[in-house]
Amino acid sequence: MNNLKKIFITFLSALILTVANTSSSFAKVEGDTIVLGAAISLTGKYSSNGVHTQNGYNLAVERINSMGGVKVKGKDYKFKIVYYDDESNSGRAAQLAERLIKQDGVQYMLGPYSSGLTKAMAPVTEKYKIPMVEANGASRSLFTKGYKYLFAVLAPANLYLDVAVDLAVEKNGGKPVNIAMAFEQDAFSQDVRLGILDAAKRTKSKIVIDDKLPKELNDMAATLAKVKAVKPDVLVVSGHTKGALTAVKQIAEMKVDVPMLAMTHCDAAKLSKQHGKKAEYALCASQWHKTLSYTDAFFKDGMTYDADFKKAFGYAPPYQAAESSAALLVYKDAFERANDFNTKKVRNALAKTDMQTFYGNIKFAKGGQNVSKPMVLFQVICNSDGSKCENKVVAPTKWASAALVHPTPSWSKR
Amino acid sequence: MDFLIFQAPMLMVQATMDGLVIGIIFALVAYGMALQWGVMNIINIAQGELVIMGGYIAYFLYIAGIHPAFGVLLSPIIMFFVGVGIYKLVINKVVDRDLFISILATFGISILAQQLMNFAFGADVVVADSGFGTLMMFDNSVVLPMSKLFSASVCIISAIILVAYMKRSKLGRAIRATAQNARAAKILGVDTEKVYAATFGINAALCGIAGACVAMTFTLHPYTGLPYTIRSFMIVIIAGLGNLPAVAVSGMGLGVFEEWSDYLLGTEFRIAAVFSLLVIILVYRRFKLARKREYLK
Repeated sequence: MNNLKKIFITFLSALILTVANTSSSFAKVEGDTIVLGAAISLTGKYSSNGVHTQNGYNLAVERINSMGGVKVKGKDYKFKIVYYDDESNSGRAAQLAERLIKQDGVQYMLGPYSSGLTKAMAPVTEKYKIPMVEANGASRSLFTKGYKYLFAVLAPANLYLDVAVDLAVEKNGGKPVNIAMAFEQDAFSQDVRLGILDAAKRTKSKIVIDDKLPKELNDMAATLAKVKAVKPDVLVVSGHTKGALTAVKQIAEMKVDVPMLAMTHCDAAKLSKQHGKKAEYALCASQWHKTLSYTDAFFKDGMTYDADFKKAFGYAPPYQAAESSAALLVYKDAFERANDFNTKKVRNALAKTDMQTFYGNIKFAKGGQNVSKPMVLFQVICNSDGSKCENKVVAPTKWASAALVHPTPSWSKR
Repeated sequence: MDFLIFQAPMLMVQATMDGLVIGIIFALVAYGMALQWGVMNIINIAQGELVIMGGYIAYFLYIAGIHPAFGVLLSPIIMFFVGVGIYKLVINKVVDRDLFISILATFGISILAQQLMNFAFGADVVVADSGFGTLMMFDNSVVLPMSKLFSASVCIISAIILVAYMKRSKLGRAIRATAQNARAAKILGVDTEKVYAATFGINAALCGIAGACVAMTFTLHPYTGLPYTIRSFMIVIIAGLGNLPAVAVSGMGLGVFEEWSDYLLGTEFRIAAVFSLLVIILVYRRFKLARKREYLK
């Protein structure tokens, strides 16, 4: 009797397992819903940017669904995103990618926040041949591994600040300049550094300081003292939000006069809010700015996106949110062109993407990076009493909404 | 870049001063660690998180429109109670166990504290702007931000007050007695349980003061506590337990050494240089100890 019971239980569990497996493998499109999967950093050290990413995704899903959804084979489908919290942990992100694909049967993925986590997830999506459109992983190494199912709507990290070098050379009458660099030792910042090295070579400029800041460091006094001694034409800093805040704080405290200061992560660091007038004249690399004149049918343009986002979430969208919204627009476009749900066909359609969104033009190179959208540089400009500081796009000239203030006035005159 | 120091010798002065002021802040954190390590035989991995917590107190004063410098007064008071609370909840259960258990327990506290701070304060990097000016010296070639100078002075004053307190007060004597021999102190009527709680509280308060200084001189983020733990651990290892002057000297020494190696070797080697120094000191110590043992035989 006992044996019979055991056999019955074994049989039953096997049956349940089979059913569970088969049912999940249909989960990619449920009824009239296309299910996308995403692991997002809702807790942990990336949680603020993780939330920006999620808000960007959600706003786009809502907008696309309310405007008729995605038309495939004559039928309208709605987007739905299954989220998990990756706890800002790359190991967890890879596990969750596996879980989304294997257990939840998700066939189309959206990217997480940060290069590091995208790097952890990409091998998994690649293994299962699941397309992933990501909006927040810019590290160059993501695009040199020959991934076929990875598409990034943003410009790669090495293009973040080379505009600044070009600008400095232009302001120097086309003559080479002296560049001081301070980059954190992480994948992203080092990629930005490679971009600067390329730009220096191209413009025959000289690197006079090449500091690699330890990750744990929040003191740049040594680097800045060197800058004071060497007097370069441009100082380039990349070390995420901590680096941007530390640089601006200590440059002001140590009264370091440098004609041009270019950085990454200024808007994430809320530079103008946290430092006010101290941050004035800093140049910041950005993937997107609301004043850019790109348009699309869903969000109209940057200004409208800005207003809609503010209305929905109560704060102005950083570029991390804008690029995340753009990822959904890319998916919609690819599904409609593929006119099929087969992952391979969707992947091929994604590879042929060539469109304009409010966020910028999107066209993927062979490695999956978006090469048709240039980075923009904005400059922090404050009113006379420093109570209000704004980010004004100053380069490339085509998109500029204000004239570049150059060279930065010396501290004795500020 | 290696020869920059010879082109601009003033950089050496700058490096030394930067190193000294940073070293003093680290030394205060290290003194707290040495104190509770010596008294309770516990290595507190959550030391850095206590610093960051103290920093957030100063930051919230700043947000509320009060000058963050008042954080050096408020932060130790709040952190004292946080410290006593942590002791009552966790530390008193591991205080007599072996070192490994206490390391695990405080490691757990550190992770929990990081996550809680992240949850409560958000994952943004923040600074509390002190608005202090900058001291220019030697024809503007050496600069010293007043916020760093202020922090260093605060740390020195707190250290002096603490030393006096430990020497003069009843609790100070009880703490020192417990550190020497807990059992004997207990027999002679010292409530060691209370002494332990107070020691951990004082340690947390010291971290609070240092944290308020960090909020003004550097940046705050829930996950940036670890460097403070590691630095203070190193300082204590070099200085030895219960030896305040040595803690101060090794703190400042490490700070200066770090800045100098930045100029001489390059920024990417500064941490490597510090840790190499640690290895050399430990090996040297072992050497010396081994010799002493032989001599004793």
